[in-house]
Amino acid sequence: MIRLTGIERTFTVGGEQVHALRAVTLEIAQGESLSIMGPSGSGKSTLLNIIGLLDRPNAGTYELDRRDVTGLTDDELARVRREKIGFVFQFFHLVPRLTAAQNIELPMVLSGIDPAERARRVEQLLAEYGLTERSGHRPDQLSGGQCQRVAIARAMSMRPGVILADEPTGNLDRHTGQEVMGVLERLHQNGGTVVVVTHDPEIGARSHRRLRMIDGAVASDEKG
Amino acid sequence: MRFADLLGFAWQVVLGYRSRTLLILLAMGIGVAAVVTVTSLGEGARLYVVRQFGSLGANLVIVLPGRSETSGSMPGVLIGKTPRDLTIDDALALKRSHAIRRFAPLIVGAGDVRSGARRRETPVLGSTAELMDIRSMELASGRFLPAGDPRHSQPVCVIGTKVANELFGTRQALGDWIRIGDRRFRIIGILAAQGESLGFNTDEIVVVPLAAAQALFNTESLFRILVEAKSRDQILDAKADVEEIIRLRHEGEKDITVITQDAVLATFDRILRALTLTVGGIAAISLAVAGILIMNVMLIAVTQRKREIGLLKALGATGRQIQMAFFTEAALLALGGAAVGVAAGEFGNSIISQVYPAIPFEAPWWALVAAPVTAILTGISFTVAPARRAAMLDPVQALSRR
Ligand SMILES: Nc1ncnc2c1ncn2[C@@H]1O[C@H](COP(=O)(O)OP(=O)(O)OP(=O)(O)O)[C@@H](O)[C@H]1O
Ligand SMILES: [Mg+2]
Repeated sequence: MIRLTGIERTFTVGGEQVHALRAVTLEIAQGESLSIMGPSGSGKSTLLNIIGLLDRPNAGTYELDRRDVTGLTDDELARVRREKIGFVFQFFHLVPRLTAAQNIELPMVLSGIDPAERARRVEQLLAEYGLTERSGHRPDQLSGGQCQRVAIARAMSMRPGVILADEPTGNLDRHTGQEVMGVLERLHQNGGTVVVVTHDPEIGARSHRRLRMIDGAVASDEKG
Repeated sequence: MRFADLLGFAWQVVLGYRSRTLLILLAMGIGVAAVVTVTSLGEGARLYVVRQFGSLGANLVIVLPGRSETSGSMPGVLIGKTPRDLTIDDALALKRSHAIRRFAPLIVGAGDVRSGARRRETPVLGSTAELMDIRSMELASGRFLPAGDPRHSQPVCVIGTKVANELFGTRQALGDWIRIGDRRFRIIGILAAQGESLGFNTDEIVVVPLAAAQALFNTESLFRILVEAKSRDQILDAKADVEEIIRLRHEGEKDITVITQDAVLATFDRILRALTLTVGGIAAISLAVAGILIMNVMLIAVTQRKREIGLLKALGATGRQIQMAFFTEAALLALGGAAVGVAAGEFGNSIISQVYPAIPFEAPWWALVAAPVTAILTGISFTVAPARRAAMLDPVQALSRR
């Protein structure tokens, strides 16, 4: 469960204050599927980064699974992020010199999970995302859709409660984008909380809950 | 993060950026190889000198008349007294010591040596049969001076090869006679060509019996007494005995100087060791240069791999883990460079040894330990700044757009 109260985020650019987020209050229940839409510069990515503990708000409080995480140190945040949050990015962000399997394994390597257990999970994830044949390939030998599936498998490897995706289809053609969205929807059906930032109205409309942001504030919040 | 995984991760990076890896291996390798080779040269020179001293004759103690100036702090005591000469009787008294194996009194002068019409000026040594063993001399033909009472002598001599060549040319010298001053000596031995041995060129000397030299140079006093101790452990005993025996004979006056070969050797040893350390240290500067290269490369890597670092953070890596990844990478590179350097250095040594077989080139053990350790420490310490920068990187910035 995610609870944001009065979140403010300002950036100072050339001596001027830019309000990226203004008094955002938001609650996302466990297992919810949420899409965030809005014009460019409206603060969607900033909101997602704060939910994902990559960024800190200037004001307001953030409760994750009933724990106030606003005041944690960087290392504590890293640990919470490792356990509870999976990121999917527009530009995939795979490590180019590592194979698909090694990329998927990376979060488990960072948390020091036993190699045998890691191998078991990687194999399972490769099968789940239709990548078994590609396990030894490097990112430059994979298509965009395959790269994004590797990225999603990586985000899932620590079995986090929350998946955050920032324009996951932004770099994919329509068909591949639909395929990737299908994968994310399955995650939601399996009980995961999925938050997707998107510019594609069709994709946005498919979500159970739809958030619209304008100028750093939540303009509308529709369900059903 | 497990240590094995840390190594694996760094290994992937090292393999992933080959030209960069090769560059660092080269720089580190040159640094380490320089230290290994240069210290080997120093160590080789040291061993060479030590062996040269060894060839001078083992366990040598040298006795010379007169107090050495360094301790002449009370000039008043010496006023009115001429320093006493060392005599044959002083030398013979040394037989009493149990620490002394043998001794050879020595008189040195310049003589006008003639054979027929040919003549030359050479150093003439007056001594006894024991000189040969004490100075490890070798004969090309004939025999050395006969043993016997040094106070009496036969008119015989032993000459160096060069003297023999110059006075006799191709003629047979052995058994012939030469004239030194107004005395005649029969040649009973010719020394083997040994060349220079710390100050004396044995090829250019003429050795005559002690008493003959005394008459020739019209002197009673000895130039030196060369003493050989029974063993290395007894050198100091021999020295003490010599000092005591001569002091008693000289009415309690300590008017001789006793030099042990060990002391001279130790001085040379110390000087050359210091020299080796110094040049090794200078060579180690190239290691620092390699360290700076590693720092630069790592700083570039932090910029180049900015997105990867941001990603690792997004995946839950702590700042410490990211620092450790960079340190492991640097250590791996430094270790590889050190291995390359030691191999190259040893290879260089083996080549130099073939060119100069007389000098024992060998990297001292401390250089083989110190060079790689320094390489790794430099590698790691020069990575502190880049690693910190990586750990401080803001993941949002690092991951944003392109
Ligand atoms: N690191 C930063 N420094 C300065 N200003 C920033 C920074 N990050 C974001 N901003 C500003 O904050 C505002 C919100 O940015 P954000 O990236 O959240 O928008 P967005 O809704 O994700 O836009 P897009 O759809 O183009 O991705 C923008 O005005 C942006 O210029
Ligand atoms: Mg954005």
